[in-house]
Amino acid sequence: MSELLYLIVLFPLIGFLVNGLLGRWLTERQSGLVASLTVAGSFLISAWLLLGLLTLPEQTRRLTQTLFTWIPVGELQVHVTYVLDPLSAVMVLVITGVGLLIHIYSIGYMRGDPGVRRYFAYLNLFMFMMLNLVLSDNLVVLFLGWEGVGLCSYLLIGFWFSDESKARAGMKAFIVNRIGDAAFIIAMIMLFDRFGTLSMGDIAWLAPGVSGDTQLLTTITMLLFIGAVGKSAQVPLYVWLPDAMAGPTPVSALIHAATMVTAGVYLIARNAALFSLAPVTMATIAIVGVITALFAATIAVTQNDIKKVLAYSTISQLGYMFMALGTGAFGAAVFHLMTHAFFKALLFLGAGSVIHGMGDEQDMRKMGNLRHSMPITFGVMLVGVLAISGIPGLSGFFSKDEILWAAFEHGGGVNLIYLAGLLTAGLTAFYMSRMLFLTFFGQSRWADGKQPHEAPSVMTVPLIILAFLAIAGGYLGVPEALGGHNLLHHFLSPVLSATAAGGHMANEAVEMLLMLISVGVAGSGIYLAFRIYIDKPETAVTLQEKFPLLHRLSANKFYVDELYRAIIIRPFEMVSELFWKGLDVKIIDAAVNGAGRALSNIGGAVRMIQTGRLQHYASMLLLGVAFILIMIMAS
Amino acid sequence: MPLLPNLISLTIFTPLVGAALLMLVKADQQKRIRQVALGTALVTFLFSYLIFLGFRPADGFQFVEQAAWIPGYGISYHVGVDGISLLLVMLTTFLVPIAILSSYEAISGARLKGFMMVMLLLETGIVGVFMALDLFLFYIFWEAMLIPMYLLIGIWGGEGRLYASIKFVLYTMLGSLLMLVAIIALYNEGHAQLGHYTTSYIELLGLSLSPATQTWMFLAFGLSFAIKVPLFPFHTWLPDAHVEAPTAGSVILAGVLLKMGGYGFLRFCLPLFPLATRQFAPLLVTMAVIGIIYGAMLALVQTDMKKLVAYSSVSHLGYVVLGIFALTLTSVTGGLLQMVNHGLATGGLFLLVGMLYERTHTREISDYGGIAQLLPRFSTVFIIVVLASVGLPGLNSFVGEFLIIIGSYPTQPVGAIIAALGVVLSAVYLLWLVHRVFYGPPSEKLKRIAEEAGEMPRDLTRREWAVMLPILALIIWIGVYPKPMLERIEPAVQSVVTQYYSAINTHLASVESGGMKPNGETGQ
Repeated sequence: MSELLYLIVLFPLIGFLVNGLLGRWLTERQSGLVASLTVAGSFLISAWLLLGLLTLPEQTRRLTQTLFTWIPVGELQVHVTYVLDPLSAVMVLVITGVGLLIHIYSIGYMRGDPGVRRYFAYLNLFMFMMLNLVLSDNLVVLFLGWEGVGLCSYLLIGFWFSDESKARAGMKAFIVNRIGDAAFIIAMIMLFDRFGTLSMGDIAWLAPGVSGDTQLLTTITMLLFIGAVGKSAQVPLYVWLPDAMAGPTPVSALIHAATMVTAGVYLIARNAALFSLAPVTMATIAIVGVITALFAATIAVTQNDIKKVLAYSTISQLGYMFMALGTGAFGAAVFHLMTHAFFKALLFLGAGSVIHGMGDEQDMRKMGNLRHSMPITFGVMLVGVLAISGIPGLSGFFSKDEILWAAFEHGGGVNLIYLAGLLTAGLTAFYMSRMLFLTFFGQSRWADGKQPHEAPSVMTVPLIILAFLAIAGGYLGVPEALGGHNLLHHFLSPVLSATAAGGHMANEAVEMLLMLISVGVAGSGIYLAFRIYIDKPETAVTLQEKFPLLHRLSANKFYVDELYRAIIIRPFEMVSELFWKGLDVKIIDAAVNGAGRALSNIGGAVRMIQTGRLQHYASMLLLGVAFILIMIMAS
Repeated sequence: MPLLPNLISLTIFTPLVGAALLMLVKADQQKRIRQVALGTALVTFLFSYLIFLGFRPADGFQFVEQAAWIPGYGISYHVGVDGISLLLVMLTTFLVPIAILSSYEAISGARLKGFMMVMLLLETGIVGVFMALDLFLFYIFWEAMLIPMYLLIGIWGGEGRLYASIKFVLYTMLGSLLMLVAIIALYNEGHAQLGHYTTSYIELLGLSLSPATQTWMFLAFGLSFAIKVPLFPFHTWLPDAHVEAPTAGSVILAGVLLKMGGYGFLRFCLPLFPLATRQFAPLLVTMAVIGIIYGAMLALVQTDMKKLVAYSSVSHLGYVVLGIFALTLTSVTGGLLQMVNHGLATGGLFLLVGMLYERTHTREISDYGGIAQLLPRFSTVFIIVVLASVGLPGLNSFVGEFLIIIGSYPTQPVGAIIAALGVVLSAVYLLWLVHRVFYGPPSEKLKRIAEEAGEMPRDLTRREWAVMLPILALIIWIGVYPKPMLERIEPAVQSVVTQYYSAINTHLASVESGGMKPNGETGQ
């Protein structure tokens, strides 16, 4: 069965090649069809293999296939080996499943765009890279996927490259990610130096043997974490993700919400054995995660661009996942990764439907009262908002609650991480409801000529399926406290190890109480948004006037971009300029020119060169050769 | 068994014969001149490809040919190929036909014939340098190849060609003279130790040189190679030479000529002067790492496309030197592969910049904008080559850079880490270039150019596809499946590295026992 593994990766590659090389002979429809069908192929094979995996006994659920050796030199043998175990199976299914829906949705969304073949080629290439990322056993092949998805992200953010600012956003994403990638590379060389292999399976197996070398383990895991910080848009490298919204909206859903940005979470979960041995790194991850979760949520509160709200929300939710990782709840992080993929893809695609129906309008101040003209979009967005807010019965409730519980348990009671997480949950419910109210309720604020309309069924059907998943996805992880079986945990536990996956063994009464608290907080957030944006719309303005500084800071994203520009980019450019015009031209070159002049003053020989005549060059060669001969004979 | 005898001589001298044939063609028969030149270069490539196919992945020189030349002085015609030179020879014979084809339109008229002759002579010189196993022969090729290069810049170059070619001469002459002195000294040393005069590389390898001798000889050889690479701070000839050289010249210059520096270090400095290598490795690694960062920083602020690519070479070649002087199997193998990779990616970039220049007659980055909209296919090709140069996994340069970084870490941890950080900078300056040239709306300048020409600049022509496709194919091949290259390189590198360490160990052991002796004596 494992010999089918490569097909999961191969199908999207075929789609990429067909659309990329033969695209001009395809109609727009055929192009979208090819792209979607190849992803469907990957999805079906993944599902088939998952079923096979489930028939195996728990501890042997691991299918592997080695294709060829990519880089063989001496000890370094980088094999292209794919591994389907519970963790990669969850990832592959999310990627191909959500990916397929987004491909189908794109057929409608991108209709009429002259670059549609290029679009689908990039999208398929992205799938290929992303699947390499999650299926590979070797870190270097994972890195191929890691950089590859970054490339596709670059190309797709700047998809409409004639708009200079969009292209710039793509470039920014790539470069900021590269900072994390450099750390990733350094982590790899240190791992190889210590373990003599870059196979993650081998490293996980060898890691306990070096558990005494805390400093090395801390350094390596820190570096891997920095890589994850770049890719998963955590503080301080999150700045690229809001700008990445310049790309087509389905791209934001697929790459910048559901899949690529979760690669950092996957990387850490995959190397759980290594990270579990580095408590300092784990603490750092939890702190960075919770700071990011809270910080991004405070920015999301004031954004007026519907996609920017979702972008900051994504950063915040990723922070949640890192919080879980840092507290050792790897399983909870992966669970939230999955539910988030469902409801955030849903929200982005829903926003895309709104933008589409409003004629490319993204400013929520120019929307309002859309629930009548876009009933399906409204319905599914409502599901998405309730899911992310953590309303009981929807997927977000289960996964978010598990993370909060892990934070509580990890800190041995009420602690800062738990409280910050709880506050973030409240803010999330608030800004998400705000988005929903501003878009679908209240007065219509769009220009007279506009005729908002519902999207075609090629777009709404994927939305409905995602809405279903955003509800049902949570039932894979119903905690024991609620009488569930936490299926996902048990499934993942062989990979993430029983303790690390975070079993719910503690006091069920306390757990119930915490659930009630978080539901209360979420409810308050929604209620507050209701009061401000529906009940008394004028309060929003009053609040702004009452807290002008806070509002300005939040609306301007705390001026972080400006800060980076002033303290990093500009100084670097200035030093480079100085090196060029000062050191290179004024010192080194001047010295060479001076030496040249001195030489030509000494003798006439060099002056001959300056005449630029061919025979002089030839005679110089002969002179040189004659010189050697004379020297040899003389000796 | 090789299909043909004397494959090496055929590879070296076919271009020379081609150049001679060109003398018979009348200067106004442009088409014939181009056909003969391209045909010669392709036949040469074919010969070298036969060498590649017949090459066994093993240590030692293969396809060796030796004939007495000036027997009285121990000079012979001795050529051969091993894992160190094989890929560099292939790179040369691969790039020369591409460079010739690329200049079909740029060079014409009365200057064509001379140009093609010079290109072919250059090829003979370079291939000879890589395959000579006799120091005298090596030096002849080394000097012989410089002349066509002076001419390429000095005659077919741009406006500042005089200054650039003088600078080139000054730098390289300085290096060559010192190297010549060292070769002669080695020759004398050989006589003293072996009892007869010889310039045979293999025989001279057996000499045991005192640490002091090694030091100065290493410097004399090394300076020449450092200039050629070019290693910071000997790099300032390169941007000028590139800016003034015609496209084909830049391709050969960046593609192969710079590699003679790395090759020289590996072929001569390491095996002949291991003690000095050990002594100078930290210095060279430092210069290489400075070059990686410095070259990237300077590339970032350039306003001329060709200068940008030239400074990027300084940065990329820094990786190569780091790999060589980190002195591990993995790092040196990576360094060698990276020389090939750089030749493909940077050679490709120079070709593409040349194509752009032929359409717009400007290399100022600020004149551009919106090329992706005007020339979509050209842009796709350009971006793929840029990504190769950035070191994206799946394309060729990643394999080399990764091997260098991972291989350098055990011996040069700081250098390896700084080199890893360098990957951020290469993305910065190259994507910033792509951004300014290709994205956004078409610039005013380009619109004006289109208006004056009465049409939009055309996308890639068939000839240009023929120029770029082989490069793209190799970029992807080496990126995805570098094994055929690596397995041919590895045995030779393994033996160089092993011999280096055994020489060091022998020396250390002798110092130790030598150091014991006086103590023992004073003890009595």
